[in-house]
Amino acid sequence: MADKIFRVNMSDLSTSIEDVPQAWAGLGGRGLTSTIVAAEVPPTCHPLGPNNKLVLAPGLLSGTTAANSGRLSAGAKSPLTGTIKESNAGGSSAQLLARAGCKALIIEGQPKEDKWYSIALTPDSITVSEETALVGKGNYEVAKTLSGKLGGKQGVITIGPAGEMKMASANLSVMDPDGNLRSNGRGGLGAVMGSKKVKYITIDPKDRKVEVADPEAFKTANRAFGKALVDNQVSQTLKTYGTNALVNVINEAGALPTRNFTSGQFDGHDKISGETMYDIIQERGGKPSHNCHAGCVIQCSQVYNDKNKQYKTAGFEYESIWAMGADCCVDDLDDIAEADWLMDDIGIDTIETSVAFGVAMEAGVLQFGDGKTMCQMIKDDIGKGTPLGRILGNGAGSVGRSFGVTRVPVVKNQAIPAYDPRTVKGMAITYATTPMGADHTTGYAVATNILGVGGSLDPLSKDGQVELSRNLQIATAAIDSTGMCLFIAFAALDDPNCLPALIDLINARYGLSLTGDDVTALGKTILKTERAFNQAAGFNNADDRLPEFFYNEPLPPHNLVVDFTGEEIDSFWNF
Amino acid sequence: MKLTIKLFAYFRDNRFVSEVREFPDTTTVGAIIDQLGIDREAVGITMINSRHCKVGTVPVDGDVVAIFPMVGGG
Ligand code: SF4
Repeated sequence: MADKIFRVNMSDLSTSIEDVPQAWAGLGGRGLTSTIVAAEVPPTCHPLGPNNKLVLAPGLLSGTTAANSGRLSAGAKSPLTGTIKESNAGGSSAQLLARAGCKALIIEGQPKEDKWYSIALTPDSITVSEETALVGKGNYEVAKTLSGKLGGKQGVITIGPAGEMKMASANLSVMDPDGNLRSNGRGGLGAVMGSKKVKYITIDPKDRKVEVADPEAFKTANRAFGKALVDNQVSQTLKTYGTNALVNVINEAGALPTRNFTSGQFDGHDKISGETMYDIIQERGGKPSHNCHAGCVIQCSQVYNDKNKQYKTAGFEYESIWAMGADCCVDDLDDIAEADWLMDDIGIDTIETSVAFGVAMEAGVLQFGDGKTMCQMIKDDIGKGTPLGRILGNGAGSVGRSFGVTRVPVVKNQAIPAYDPRTVKGMAITYATTPMGADHTTGYAVATNILGVGGSLDPLSKDGQVELSRNLQIATAAIDSTGMCLFIAFAALDDPNCLPALIDLINARYGLSLTGDDVTALGKTILKTERAFNQAAGFNNADDRLPEFFYNEPLPPHNLVVDFTGEEIDSFWNF
Repeated sequence: MKLTIKLFAYFRDNRFVSEVREFPDTTTVGAIIDQLGIDREAVGITMINSRHCKVGTVPVDGDVVAIFPMVGGG
């Protein structure tokens, strides 16, 4: 049976299972969510109104045995940025959706009554039911209750209190194979789901499996692909130290945004580093390596236990640790782990929220370094929706506007992540130009600027950075369509066997004969589709700029500013 | 010359985190790596005073030399 589009209209609670239109057949992941949003969502609609749509799509290779292919794309018009948004997460749902034959799930409309609902998807049905018991509950309780009720084999996508309250930083939480949570963190898509009054979605593929057109060729390609990933040295350090190995590297390079982006180095860096985290995990009987979905061979995730050797949090990532740590000057990993757990439970983006706290600290709402008060405010203000909690929960831009702070690190109102654009100049271009608002994953110039992956380019000079960011953003848009975790890129950039094996996998799955050029063309089309949506929503090149302070406040220790002209930034789009 | 050498990730195992050591004036970063018994092939990033450098670079007295394996994340 061919894959289908599953659709739910929350205005009248009707559902349908539709054939996939020809134009969408070759698409998956971000390519598909962005194409559907561009085709069906009026760009000027209110993101929390009935005309926005939430689109969930597994990648082209999700549900197969291909290594690292279980990433889920979620798309909509973002309530945080007002732009088109694709947000990506691990967990089991992408694989289960693909196995259920769901090419994309589209949730549209809006109920008039003040009632909450859940959606259940199987290969031949999609149903909406009223939900009362889990409304108002945190994500961990929702995941636990549902995995008990459903036998643990099903997929769950849920929103926490932040999504129910339609906060602009609310995320979608996706259950992983251990019943823990991964998030489609960025851009407030949890608020979009909340605006449709959907508390959670369950996915049960029954016995259905993904069909592979040429199983032999698929096996061969998967072996080559898996080998390229496992052999790669970056994969190996990711497995031991997680992404948090970066704290010390980025700090040493002088690019670790500290104290609300006023320094590039943090005194407490070693205390929150991947090295220290590894020691603590070992000492407390946690797991340094763990995968966010079955089939990942890199295993950058981990399980972090508290002082009593009990589970505290999983998927404890560099971005979150940097944001709560260096940016807010908190140098205690246990405080950071507590804040991470609370944010996952409430269902709010760790990057956006922690950067918002950095701005709040600058405003004097709380002190820099005060991790305990931060945790308390996450729980009692954001979690309960007090007026202050809503200001914080609407992101860094919201805090800046509310308290009159001018140093607000956002692009298109989305918080800038863990690499200062004054010292990693390739990232200045990525943050400014990506249609997503400041997002590091869309064009990870850090690889070439700092890590020496895919060649090397001086991070402190603007030479070659526009071209680098362009090439990376095109390639990333294509990879985000395959369902592959982006960390395959470290192997893809340096191992000549990696990308051809990935293309062979797609060809074997669908019986196609795509080439590298087709993949590049796909990446370009996706970026142009996304940009056209933003332009129709009212964005222009003046929005492709960094906040003013990056141009006139030199960042220690290198004491540089962002020095790209507007024309240089705009030349990104010459393709 | 006196240099501060900083090691990261598993390069720290059975070595040190940061140490001030004395080296002959013409010592290259590569020679320091060899002396520490680190496989050059395993080295991903080298920096002097927070700026990237090549293994052939010769640091000067007082410099801080940082040596990392191949790392990634994001
Ligand atoms: S490398 Fe990390 S993020 Fe990627 S699939 Fe594996 S555990 Fe998930």
